[in-house]
Amino acid sequence: MDIIQELSEQLQQGNPKKAAELTQQAINENIDTKTILDQGLIAGMSVVGEKFKQHEIFLPDVLLAAKAMYAGMDLLKPLMLKEGIPTIGKVVIGTVQGDLHDIGKNLVAIMLKGAGFEVIDLGNDVSPEKFLDTAEKENADIIGMSALLTTTMPVMKKVIDLAKERQIFGKKKFIVGGAPLSTEYAKEIGADAYCFDGMSAVEAVKRFTSISS
Amino acid sequence: MRKIINIPVNSVIPKVNTILERQGIPNHINANDRTIEIAEEAISIFSKLAFPIGVIQELSKEEFDNVFRGEGNNEIDSPVRNIFKASDDLALFAVTIEEEVCVEISRLFFMNDFALGSMLDAVASEATEMAAQATENYYRSHLQKIGRFNNAGGILRFSPGYCGWHVSGQRKLFQYLHAEDIGINLRESFLMEPLKSISGVIISGKKEIFQFEDTFSFCGSCATHICRERSKLLLD
Ligand code: B1M
Repeated sequence: MDIIQELSEQLQQGNPKKAAELTQQAINENIDTKTILDQGLIAGMSVVGEKFKQHEIFLPDVLLAAKAMYAGMDLLKPLMLKEGIPTIGKVVIGTVQGDLHDIGKNLVAIMLKGAGFEVIDLGNDVSPEKFLDTAEKENADIIGMSALLTTTMPVMKKVIDLAKERQIFGKKKFIVGGAPLSTEYAKEIGADAYCFDGMSAVEAVKRFTSISS
Repeated sequence: MRKIINIPVNSVIPKVNTILERQGIPNHINANDRTIEIAEEAISIFSKLAFPIGVIQELSKEEFDNVFRGEGNNEIDSPVRNIFKASDDLALFAVTIEEEVCVEISRLFFMNDFALGSMLDAVASEATEMAAQATENYYRSHLQKIGRFNNAGGILRFSPGYCGWHVSGQRKLFQYLHAEDIGINLRESFLMEPLKSISGVIISGKKEIFQFEDTFSFCGSCATHICRERSKLLLD
């Protein structure tokens, strides 16, 4: 089995130590950084994502694989920066102001990173200004907001209204998620997509980044 | 009656199967050994870090009527409203498993230990529910001891944010209960800190008062319809 394929396999097995070793070995063997990323790490995570979708594996398996992915990514990141390899898309994500529920948002961020996107995670209790300032500063394509309470959902609208005020609405895509949300609510506040879970967030971001590129 | 209850951590340790279910692994699926190991590790961390504690305070129907009205955001008709009006005894409660577990969950995520972090989150959520159940059990024993609860009786708890009782109802509930005494604080957005906390009312009365149809305006958007199970359990 070639080294890239083995890297993908070890990632799928959720073996971070092996994934890091194989990534380093591939770097040492002068394998192209983008090949290691696309055909090793991202390819491995896509298999994991697909199996998860088909209920062949479950959340803990996905999260173990994600840890392995990050172990490899940590080694590739400096090379990607040095070589100027662009990420497939940048997402600023956070739980809205007033809300501390971050497990769901964390899982979504993990899935997005696993799919190869650059994710800037602002944590929880994030103000509308912080969402937009960061997205502008980092030139992010997507702003992702999470809320788990009906009382914090309106902050999502505030973010979108502020984006309109700052005339960046339409230039960036807004995705929203969290238990009390719905497609209707997302539409009502002007968000571009409501995402039921991490996989649907990945699908939406893929859709939007291919549109924007 | 007002009582702060120190709940033994061992009494709120969830079963591995229950945690796995929370992680999206259905009961009929045999989880792999690694997943079970992670679940067991999460339980072990939880038992070292958690300090379940609850507070309970009895109140009259008139007092609860005021608490329940909250900020005036409730649905016009709701089961809680109908049930408390027909009840015999009422007590507000709040429980938490304290902050340390929440801090550890964040730390595990920060260290990229996602599987263990997520599993510990599931253990902590389930344990908080069990702590709420322990508080309800405490109140039942108390009522039994003073001769206000017998076999014809039923007891159930309800929380703001469920069944037409708006989550903003937490403000009045907190004003009355003073859950700060056990380290729970309420934010502007009506979220409690620590995150793993539950508040609500425990209602005691005849079993029949807890029976209702899930045909309220908000029942359509309810994901669980857990009320069906709860009221059925009372009759069994
Ligand atoms: C940017 O793009 C995206 C895309 C997708 C995104 C996204 C962003 N963000 C999320 N997603 C999506 O992808 C994620 C991965 O699949 C998902 O993220 P989630 O965060 O939804 O999923 C997590 C991985 C697992 N899910 C969860 O952890 C939440 C599950 C439910 C059942 C839940 C739980 C477990 C808990 N709770 Co509570 N709780 C509920 C929840 C009902 C539900 N069905 O979701 C909810 C959120 N809780 C509610 C309530 C009311 C409360 N809870 C409370 C307490 C608790 C527990 C402690 C028992 C426990 C832990 C909470 C926690 N998360 O730490 C209280 C508040 C606690 C507090 N600190 O203030 C209390 C206020 C009850 C009370 N009075 O005590 C409700 C809010 C209703 C409202 N009106 O706002 C609620 C919706 C339940 C309900 N009534 O249906 C998706 O939503």
